[in-house]
Amino acid sequence: MHRKTWPAIAGFLLSALALTGCAADPDPTTVTVVTHGSFAIPDDLVTSFERDTGLTIEFVVAGESSSLVNELILTQDHPLGDVVYGIDLASAAQAVEAGLFTDYSSDQPAADDAAEYAISGSDGLTAVDYSDVCINVDHHWFDERGIPEPVTLSDLASPTYRGLLSVTNPATSATGLSFLLATVAAFGEGWGDYWAGLRANDVRVVASWSDAYYTDFSGPSSGGSYPLVLSYASSPPFEVGEDGVAPTGALLDTCFRQVEYAGVLEDGANPEAAGKVIDWMLSDGFQAALPDSMYVYPVSSRVEVPEAWARYAPLSDRPWTLDPATIARDRDDLLRQWTEIVLG
Amino acid sequence: MTATTFSANGRKSSSGDPVTPPVLRSRRLRAARAGAIALPLTFLGLFFLWPVGTLLWRGLSEGSGDALASERTWAAFGTTITLALAGTVGSLVLGLGAAWALYRVRWRGQAYARALVTVPFVLPTVVVAVAFGALLRPSGLLGFLGLDQGIVPIVAALVFFNVSVVVRIVGGTWASLDPGTAIAARTLGASRWTAFRRITLPALGPGIAAAAAIVFLFCSTSFGIVLILGGTRTNTLETEIWLEVKQFLDLNTAATLALLQVVVVALTLAIAGWAQSRRERALKRTRMDGTRSATRADLRLVTLALAPSALLVGLPLVGLVERSLHTRSGWGFANYASLLTIPERSNLPVPVWRAAVNSLEAAAIATSVAFLFGLILAAAISRSRRARWLDAVAMLPLGVSAVIVGLGILLTLYRPLPGGFDFGDPRILVPAAQAVVALPLVVRSLVPTLRSISPELRSAAATLGANPRRVWWLVDWPILRRPTGVALGLAFAVSLGEFGATSFATRPDHPTLPTAIYRLLSRPGIESVGTAFAACVLLAFLTSAVMMVAERWHGKEAVSW
Repeated sequence: MHRKTWPAIAGFLLSALALTGCAADPDPTTVTVVTHGSFAIPDDLVTSFERDTGLTIEFVVAGESSSLVNELILTQDHPLGDVVYGIDLASAAQAVEAGLFTDYSSDQPAADDAAEYAISGSDGLTAVDYSDVCINVDHHWFDERGIPEPVTLSDLASPTYRGLLSVTNPATSATGLSFLLATVAAFGEGWGDYWAGLRANDVRVVASWSDAYYTDFSGPSSGGSYPLVLSYASSPPFEVGEDGVAPTGALLDTCFRQVEYAGVLEDGANPEAAGKVIDWMLSDGFQAALPDSMYVYPVSSRVEVPEAWARYAPLSDRPWTLDPATIARDRDDLLRQWTEIVLG
Repeated sequence: MTATTFSANGRKSSSGDPVTPPVLRSRRLRAARAGAIALPLTFLGLFFLWPVGTLLWRGLSEGSGDALASERTWAAFGTTITLALAGTVGSLVLGLGAAWALYRVRWRGQAYARALVTVPFVLPTVVVAVAFGALLRPSGLLGFLGLDQGIVPIVAALVFFNVSVVVRIVGGTWASLDPGTAIAARTLGASRWTAFRRITLPALGPGIAAAAAIVFLFCSTSFGIVLILGGTRTNTLETEIWLEVKQFLDLNTAATLALLQVVVVALTLAIAGWAQSRRERALKRTRMDGTRSATRADLRLVTLALAPSALLVGLPLVGLVERSLHTRSGWGFANYASLLTIPERSNLPVPVWRAAVNSLEAAAIATSVAFLFGLILAAAISRSRRARWLDAVAMLPLGVSAVIVGLGILLTLYRPLPGGFDFGDPRILVPAAQAVVALPLVVRSLVPTLRSISPELRSAAATLGANPRRVWWLVDWPILRRPTGVALGLAFAVSLGEFGATSFATRPDHPTLPTAIYRLLSRPGIESVGTAFAACVLLAFLTSAVMMVAERWHGKEAVSW
């Protein structure tokens, strides 16, 4: 048995090793970008970056939001890459406090716009894009019944809108966390009472954004029975039909401004190249591609958002926001209390 | 007879080693076997034990494990066991009838039904959850039941996913069961039910125990289904681990909970082993095609046996297809057309068909690796009681949280290793992660059959002069062919549908079909959701096609017997 089997097995192992041996020592011409599973950017932008810099980009997919930060903290001794994209406002301060980043200041023109969202006291993170997390409304549903649409967060707790709202659990969904933070920003200490009111008003809680949007929402792409769901200010343009009428909209008084950051990872193999990646992310080409590729707003004021966005996806002019340091301090407590109040 | 002896003698002398004393021969054989076992163990060690061990070690050394004193932990433990038991019992109840109807009797169109019943096994959780949610939501077809968000939809979905495991593993055993004893019992006056209970059921024991253990472990680590269909109100060990790791970064609690999962695996295997040992060797397996054409009377029973599974599996699948045909301008195939191009306003960098090719490639590699290693492990486990610990090691990946495995891999395999090895390369990591999950399915599919091979057959062949390889080829392989079809089919299906480990092992520009579906579902718009559902139908179609091929293998085998 063994005489003929061993050479075959040895061959198999050798070929496996040959396959694995390809990426050896840190390669100065490669830059590794750690990002979340929703990262998407047109191929030609990657190609032109690689052509301009002589670098090759490799992507490593980690979690989203707080799980991205947690994974970076756990692998801090041996970083997963050179630069990370996709740290959100809700976990930014925690990431900075953990010492994940090397300071970097881009000299791109858009850096001035990015500075507006800087984490105070740190140059570790550069804002790349932002979006508003807002309650979406099915216009058609309210028109048909002659009920006025809700406007404010408080309206959502009024008996008129009983059993009409579906939101995501902030402990399992980054979108849900943003909405919880909006209510904390709006009601301060009273946020718990507000949620108790929502609970009494039969708010539906689901695990993830796609459950709320694709199972519950009464909008055209889902056919559920909830005319109010938690989504983004940028969602309505995706529902516009050929007649040019927007069947859904965002309640702009309920929005939380979510920001996405990029940062050079401390102890990365190729810090210089990491800086070039951040420059690239602030470049006009990358910034202009953001709305269609990742459905977020570019941080740069130098690029135009698509026409449909200007028309159907206006941003809130008074979004709720919270200091990242406050979020870092209170987040775990908020989540535990929320679970107690809403699901307990 | 004389001729046989001569040829046996001739073979012996031509083996080129006529002077090797028997003792040395067996010593060398033992060394060869140990060497062969080292391969799958190295593989599991590298891609599973090392990552998981590293994470557990780090987690346990960070704190005192006071999660064990927490009420929440034991509530989650209880829920885990309850859900897994309910899912297993449900899968067995539905699966046994379906296994009989699909494997014991033959009827026209059966191959399609067999292929269809495997489809749920590969579908991404997030899509199944949307399909179930659409049925159960207040405005849905089954909304009147009022079962939205709770234990019942979770168990229904667990059965939906796992019934095919029971059907395939038990069906494989049933098809080659000698019907003689049961027929004799009925001739002697036993009712159909008594004959089934007293004769057939005990003979199916090993297959049922093997399937039940797998289903139980799958159910106990189910994540998306519990979280989504439970409306985040149902907490199991798996969902608690996820929260502790992803949200609260409490590795100590996560590791403690993961150890409880290991305890669950050990208990499951102990119980399955105990159930099996009572039945084992009850059937001395010979080559036997126990199937028969369905009679008119059978057909009514076939319909009855398949109806519950058909409803449970069929309704959500119909929902999937319905949604894949729903376009902005009414009904149509536009979503299928967009599988061929990079969909407009989408976050996928490649067309969906390209992701399907990626999936097929990775699944083919994963299946080959899992089958080779699984065969070696199964052979060792079935030959010696002392090798049973291998069984436990191979089953661990089904019972340990994917979050723990994933994080462990980030901690170990993503860093440069001595010798310049880089196992973080997705070309290796994706099929490897899939093979780790497929391995226990292969082992479980093969072990019951291997164990039932009468040792006398092997000794007889050896006495007649066959060398070990030839003994295997003449005795083991012909009996193994049917479960091999089952094992390959299940391994391929689980690789194709694997999402947990694959999702972080893939690069964004190199998605597999399940990760592509997940991404399509992460943005709004009727085009995105439509394309996602069309991609699901494609995944279902690919799976059915692969299963049909595996079934043809069975068919030929049955004819040649």
